[in-house]
Amino acid sequence: MGNEAICEGAIAAGVRFYAGYPITPATEIAEYMSRRMPEVAGKYVQMEDEIGSIYAVMGASGAGARAMTATSGPGIGLMQEGIGSAAAMEIPLVVVVVSRPGPGAGDATGSGQCDVMQARYGPNGDNAVIALTPSTVAESFWLTIKAVNLAERFRTPVILLTEGLLGHMREVVDLPDYGKTERVERPRPSGPPEKYETYALHKTDEISPMADFGSKYRSVLHYVPNHVYGGRTGQDALKFTLNHFHAKIESRRDEITMAESLYTDDAEVLFVAYGTQARSAHEAMDRLRARGKKAGLLRLITLWPFPYEQVRQAARAAKVVLVPEMNTGQVQGEVLKALRRHPAEVLGVNHLHSDPIAPEEILDKLTGVL
Amino acid sequence: MTTVQKAYKPLPMEHYIENYAMMPAVDDHFRYCPGCGLGLAQGAIVRAFDYLKLDPSKIVTVSGSGCYAVMGQYIKAHQFHGPHGAGAAAATGIKLANPELTVICLQGDGDAVSIGAGHFVHGARRNIDITVIVFNNFVFGETGGQGGPTTPYGTKTETTPYGAIENSFDICQLAAGAGATYVARSTVYHAWHLTKCVANAIAHKGFSVVEVMQNCHELWGRRNGMPQASQMLNWYRDSSITMAQAKEMSPEQVRGKFVIGEFVRSDRPEIGEEYAKLIARVQKKG
Repeated sequence: MGNEAICEGAIAAGVRFYAGYPITPATEIAEYMSRRMPEVAGKYVQMEDEIGSIYAVMGASGAGARAMTATSGPGIGLMQEGIGSAAAMEIPLVVVVVSRPGPGAGDATGSGQCDVMQARYGPNGDNAVIALTPSTVAESFWLTIKAVNLAERFRTPVILLTEGLLGHMREVVDLPDYGKTERVERPRPSGPPEKYETYALHKTDEISPMADFGSKYRSVLHYVPNHVYGGRTGQDALKFTLNHFHAKIESRRDEITMAESLYTDDAEVLFVAYGTQARSAHEAMDRLRARGKKAGLLRLITLWPFPYEQVRQAARAAKVVLVPEMNTGQVQGEVLKALRRHPAEVLGVNHLHSDPIAPEEILDKLTGVL
Repeated sequence: MTTVQKAYKPLPMEHYIENYAMMPAVDDHFRYCPGCGLGLAQGAIVRAFDYLKLDPSKIVTVSGSGCYAVMGQYIKAHQFHGPHGAGAAAATGIKLANPELTVICLQGDGDAVSIGAGHFVHGARRNIDITVIVFNNFVFGETGGQGGPTTPYGTKTETTPYGAIENSFDICQLAAGAGATYVARSTVYHAWHLTKCVANAIAHKGFSVVEVMQNCHELWGRRNGMPQASQMLNWYRDSSITMAQAKEMSPEQVRGKFVIGEFVRSDRPEIGEEYAKLIARVQKKG
């Protein structure tokens, strides 16, 4: 199932520390990791709550481990201070969010896409973040490897947004030789230890080397944003550092933003979709193409930083853009931002409950528009 | 098991500065108030490091929010300065990921037993091999002296202007009840006793807690008749009793006194060692 594929992807990517707390529909990840971690000489610990889970993962990553946790909507709410702090402390880690719909308990055993904005704007202070979202069980595996590597490369939390539906979906995955999958190491220091500073930044878009606790380089992971060479405080240092959190990611968008384009070159009807709902959009596109309509699909794989440029490219010929998603329009708003100077009409098809959006519903939305 | 017994002859201050201290930059200053007990506590901690001859590159201090939280900056060790209350949970991740490290959780009373209470008691339950040093000054100092779960009943703070009406935690009893395997209390007045407690706590394998009664004459003392550091230190001197003394006294007589000494020193499975055994067992099967 998708949740298991995420675990195997994490293990292939070298994750050797997992801390978590049971929550539907993400619990299988904790269960699976409790079995698999000792097999690969990793550590699994069930923490007292999600707050403790994110803190434990932050600590383990500081000690040099590739570390991960997983949760669902209510749990990511509890983790937000930790995620924001990890962004401020520049600690690499992966948070898997298996989403369910609705506020409060919502539909615990259901499926949703409600946490797109929570991933981006959840923590206090408007930190930068990377968020990826898979559409299939196989992609759950591969994208977890990517998520771990991006976290290490950028020294930042990476959120893997998946859904109850995909987490519990069963599909065939051909697993590769784990020794041969992509592996990006976090930048580590070299040179004289007495000269090392954890956040010795001269330019805002730099990514500074990170020492492991226990190495000869003194590592000081600090959640007060003051990452300037020489560690000076004051408003200038704060401005520099707050800009740095975004600049290190924004300046390397090309390495991060991923989207799959299908028939977008001539697409007059463009579907912009992600996760499981991209599969419905794919079917809707196929049916329109079969009827001779020029339809295309842009499937978003990276949600944050948002692939605005890819949306603009895909929409060049578009007269109508349709965004099916299991929320009130969280990605539709970003698509509107991307196309604010574009004449195409941007429509949403939205479900707030657990039933996936059927291709017919998507096509119905186009009645009268085409 | 290391037990610190003999008096340890303190060396010149330069020795500790050289080996375990990070001094503030020339245009900066120590961020403790004049006379604050944190300086005395830090002195005891670095003497304990020196007694145990710890390698600074293998020590990590963990701190959250509070006046004490700057202490990690002044100690020559790796530092995890994270969110308020994260201490015991973050330390659990650090220690499990690299069991070779000596992990010292520096926490205020609010950090350890208010916002971080859940992590504190579960760290004790797991008996993770870390040392938690709780600086108990009865108030939230960094935010200006509000009351909290350790404010003594009836005393005044910024948010208990009519006197505290809530009961306060006994941090040592809380730690012991949750399963900590080393629990001690000392005060910043008892510098050598405190040094011994910290050294024993670090040397002990398992979740170790040292509660340090630390004077905040600025924010607590001033509102409760002890505006000078010396007044609070004399209070610790005159009101501290040993466990043996406490046993001979009635509960009424013990009330308002500081019972100092080692409350718990026991042996239970430690999660890091247990996990190492688990890995060996699972891998043998495979």
